[in-house]
Amino acid sequence: MKSKFLAAGGVVAVAAAALTGCSAGGAEEASCTNKIVNADATQVSVWAWYPAFEDVVDLFNESHDDVQICWTNAGQGNDEYTKFSTAIEAGSGAPDVIMLESEVLSSFSIRDALVDLTEYGAGDVQADYTDGAWKDVSSGDAVYAIPVDGGPMGMLYRKDILDQYGIAAPTTWDEFKAAAQALKDAGAPGVLADFPTNGRAYNQALFAQAGSVPFAYDNANPTEIGIDVNDDGSKQVLAYWDGLVKDGLVATDDAFTADYNTKLVDGSYAIYVAAAWGPGYLQGLSDADSDAEWRAAPVPQWDPANPVQINWGGSTFAVTSQAKDKEAAATVAKEIFGTEEAWKIGIEQAALFPLWKPILESDYFRDLEYPFFGGQQINKDVFLEAAAGYQGFTFSPFQNYAYDQLTEEQFAMVQGEKTSDQALDDLQASLEQYATEQGFTLE
Amino acid sequence: MTTQTSVAAPAVPRRRAPRAGGSTLLRRRQRWGWLFVSPFLAVFALLLVFPLAYAFGMSLFTSTLATGTEFTGLGNYAKAFTDPLFLEGMLRVLAFAVVMIPAQLIVAIAAALVLDTLATKLSKLSRLLIFAPYAIPGVIGALMWSFLYSPRFGPGGTLFNLVGMPTPDFLAPGTIFGSLVNIVTWQWAGYYMVVIYAALRAIDPSIYEAARIDGANGWQTALRIKVPMIGSSMVMIVMFALIGTLQFFTEPVVLRNVAQGAIDAAYTPNMYAYSLAFSYSQFNYASAIAFSLGALVFAGSFVFLFLTRKQSGLK
Repeated sequence: MKSKFLAAGGVVAVAAAALTGCSAGGAEEASCTNKIVNADATQVSVWAWYPAFEDVVDLFNESHDDVQICWTNAGQGNDEYTKFSTAIEAGSGAPDVIMLESEVLSSFSIRDALVDLTEYGAGDVQADYTDGAWKDVSSGDAVYAIPVDGGPMGMLYRKDILDQYGIAAPTTWDEFKAAAQALKDAGAPGVLADFPTNGRAYNQALFAQAGSVPFAYDNANPTEIGIDVNDDGSKQVLAYWDGLVKDGLVATDDAFTADYNTKLVDGSYAIYVAAAWGPGYLQGLSDADSDAEWRAAPVPQWDPANPVQINWGGSTFAVTSQAKDKEAAATVAKEIFGTEEAWKIGIEQAALFPLWKPILESDYFRDLEYPFFGGQQINKDVFLEAAAGYQGFTFSPFQNYAYDQLTEEQFAMVQGEKTSDQALDDLQASLEQYATEQGFTLE
Repeated sequence: MTTQTSVAAPAVPRRRAPRAGGSTLLRRRQRWGWLFVSPFLAVFALLLVFPLAYAFGMSLFTSTLATGTEFTGLGNYAKAFTDPLFLEGMLRVLAFAVVMIPAQLIVAIAAALVLDTLATKLSKLSRLLIFAPYAIPGVIGALMWSFLYSPRFGPGGTLFNLVGMPTPDFLAPGTIFGSLVNIVTWQWAGYYMVVIYAALRAIDPSIYEAARIDGANGWQTALRIKVPMIGSSMVMIVMFALIGTLQFFTEPVVLRNVAQGAIDAAYTPNMYAYSLAFSYSQFNYASAIAFSLGALVFAGSFVFLFLTRKQSGLK
């Protein structure tokens, strides 16, 4: 094409052709990863990063004549949020339905990026979810997403390593510390566990177990926020881990790096305090010990008489305010993980922990045996109880910033620059300052 | 698109030979000139001037999460130049400039001088090998190094344990600076070496002959003749390196994935602008940071070119 224009001698024409060529390319619809079954039906674009999600999408498209999903994987976690955030600022380019972790819902709803689903029949499916799960997706009367999977926490441990050193699986944090000491005294090559300073939601969950309620926020009153990250509970938990770090009883490797992933499965850590999606994560890692024997147990407690269950992560489907057909988009959000078939794919291939009650409370899920855990029924033993005790959690509308600050403070602590109390006091001060700068009034 | 037009421009035959004088002809020539330049101008305006103006416009507003957007004039700039995170980042890239630019320059000059004196097949191969890191995309290079620095996968542990020393942590707060300097030097020294080498090749060999007759040895020829004669190339290289360093971004962003504690979100001003915009959705303040950085880079380049106007031949 270029040579044809050149022959015509029109330099301007070349430039014009290049420009129009460019804009035509930009306007093209993003192609779907999946196949569209009914070409005439309304198409709803979806961003999500679940493993084995294509099968779930196919299942939905084959069973719906009026709505079809056009799925794209726009990256995992922050990668996707960055793209979504840019699309919100640009005013176009966002999908109709988006997978969001519950912790970022208020960060996006405060920017008017999400549709309140109460007008689109969210109430019809509320009964399918536990109160804790529903609280995570609602703010005041508004409902900003439909829950999908949860992250009730448990303790995954290497039975072979603990047995080798004659250590019983700890049930309280005191026993946890004693076990760490025993492992060190026995001269084991690894440590009991890791304390990642960039654990973000993981660190937050540990604080919450001791009663920390870091944020008070309600979308009905969007300019007011309560911040309390340096409460006694958080200080107690962080001082505990600081002590373990100082005594060399736990590692302080950054989470989610290649090093960390290998250490999770090669015996460097004997215990992985994890969410229900943790087993799926472990199975996807390479360089694992071939003779590893994994087992699951409830997360250690501060007060065994009053056990507190905690949650790490969990995701939802939200409808964006850029959605062209909000009714159809809401249908997708409500129904995509609303069948047993879809959930069997989600549970067996993607290792998701369902929040949808019909499957959550089914015998199938309760009695499921996991070969990775030597046939242990981990849901019955650990995670179902953990999920039942979950009360929901309120995150701040600037959660990403809050986590980044938490990481910095905890890193300063393990470097010995700050005490744990000082780290949390500094965190409180920096978050209060940030909230004021962002126009919030502090409660 | 810019390349297309610049490729196309010389292919068009000149219609009229502008030999004779006269204002009509001159005007006509100018018209053709504008016509030839217009594709570039259109692209330039669309892809550079317009976005810059748009970003500057954005930087004059303040948008907060809770209260929405309002016009604040130069308020964001006042905030930027008193923002400790921005100023610390600025000081940090200046420290990088002080260490990294001489390091790259010394490696590049040394390699070029050695290659210039050698004339064997080995020298051609060495030239290629020293240049090779530049051919690797920055992100890939940084990813590669993040594995090399890894205490677990990298060779550091094996090498140090061999002589009975503990595994070094190249990603700790105290060592990350050196680790980053190393990546950038590895990547860019070869490119600068090629530029200097080309400048050395352009020197008239009769000058060396004269120097030899005057009794200059190899060292003296290198330091007293070759280095001064490639002054303008060196100025250009330092200029590139200075701008690149003040805008330091790719390598620390990639290494941050494996060293979150040692590299914070505001490690360099460019990273700060990036996280403000895309992690914390403060696009307005991020624009102000980006423009402040641009102004400082511009001022720095200007001062540098002014100070070296003699060497660069700009005077």
